[in-house]
Amino acid sequence: MSAVEDLLRRSACAGAPPLERLLERAADDGLVDVAYAEVDSPLGPLLVASTPKGLVRVAYPDQSIDDVLGELSRLVSPRVLEAPARLERERRQLDDYFAGRRTGFNIPVDWSLERGFTLRVLRAAARIPPGETISYGEIATRAGSPRAARAAGNALGSNRKPIVVPCHRVVHAGGGLGGYTGGLHRKEFLLGLEGLGGPGAEGR
Amino acid sequence: MTLPPFQSFLDEHADAVYRFLVATAGPSDADDCFQETFLAALRAYPRLRPDSNPRAWVMTIAHRKGLDAHRRRARGAVPVAEIPDVAFSHPDGTGEVWRHVAALPPKQRAAVAHRYVADLAYGQIAEIIGCSEDAARQNVSEGLRRLREAVEE
Repeated sequence: MSAVEDLLRRSACAGAPPLERLLERAADDGLVDVAYAEVDSPLGPLLVASTPKGLVRVAYPDQSIDDVLGELSRLVSPRVLEAPARLERERRQLDDYFAGRRTGFNIPVDWSLERGFTLRVLRAAARIPPGETISYGEIATRAGSPRAARAAGNALGSNRKPIVVPCHRVVHAGGGLGGYTGGLHRKEFLLGLEGLGGPGAEGR
Repeated sequence: MTLPPFQSFLDEHADAVYRFLVATAGPSDADDCFQETFLAALRAYPRLRPDSNPRAWVMTIAHRKGLDAHRRRARGAVPVAEIPDVAFSHPDGTGEVWRHVAALPPKQRAAVAHRYVADLAYGQIAEIIGCSEDAARQNVSEGLRRLREAVEE
């Protein structure tokens, strides 16, 4: 390599690219179809994503960020950008929820990735008030299919917005916790946070 | 095959595009060109074919935005040669060379930057600046020859 080539390569550093300004302009031009951020929580860092319609994803850290963002890119739009400023409301409400300063969420939800029975089950779950639990049979009934308790369980397991859409408030009629998309220890934690001792607390 | 999230694309190419623009458009225009480049890329991104070469694609956009900035500059106030030297200063003095790069004819300037800033192959450089691979090679070597003279002066 000649001296000039060497000089060119060594001097090809230009400082950090102006990414913040780019993000602002992309948002101003309506080009951010999916904004995401990481939000710290007692259950680990949560990946939170929203579209202009509302919250589209909350993911526990067990899932790889690449997988979660890849799915959003495929199903919603590849215009996926990390934009914490766009998720300020979600972050604040989650902070307040985990600190016991609020029990529910006031966040619009984007349901465009959910369909049919799953959508009906998750909408029904979204309406369970804080401090209450219902059974799988009951949520199946509320979703319009009283005999589909098991299918309702599967639908809840596919919840893309855990915590905010409180699928953790659905438990076994007999007193067991049932299943949970983020692991049972998390379900137990969330119910405890809401003043429910988990199994056997139903109807208290 | 699906496109990776735009954030991954940005993470992968932002530094190289910015270095290229600082080297070719000059530090004072690089920020604007950088934003124009990635806004254009973001706008068109959903239509990008997953099997295309994303580095060459975004560099093509950057190349055009850089040329636009040069044209604006040529029409308007400050000729490239008059960009204050301080803008190119670098802690160890190596930034000086980019002042000479900025003074090269457009194709040589771009070819040299694509080669040494973005590390592109000649075939890709040819595609971006719109010439044959031989011409790209020639632009790089002619640019280097002039730089050698300028630096040795």
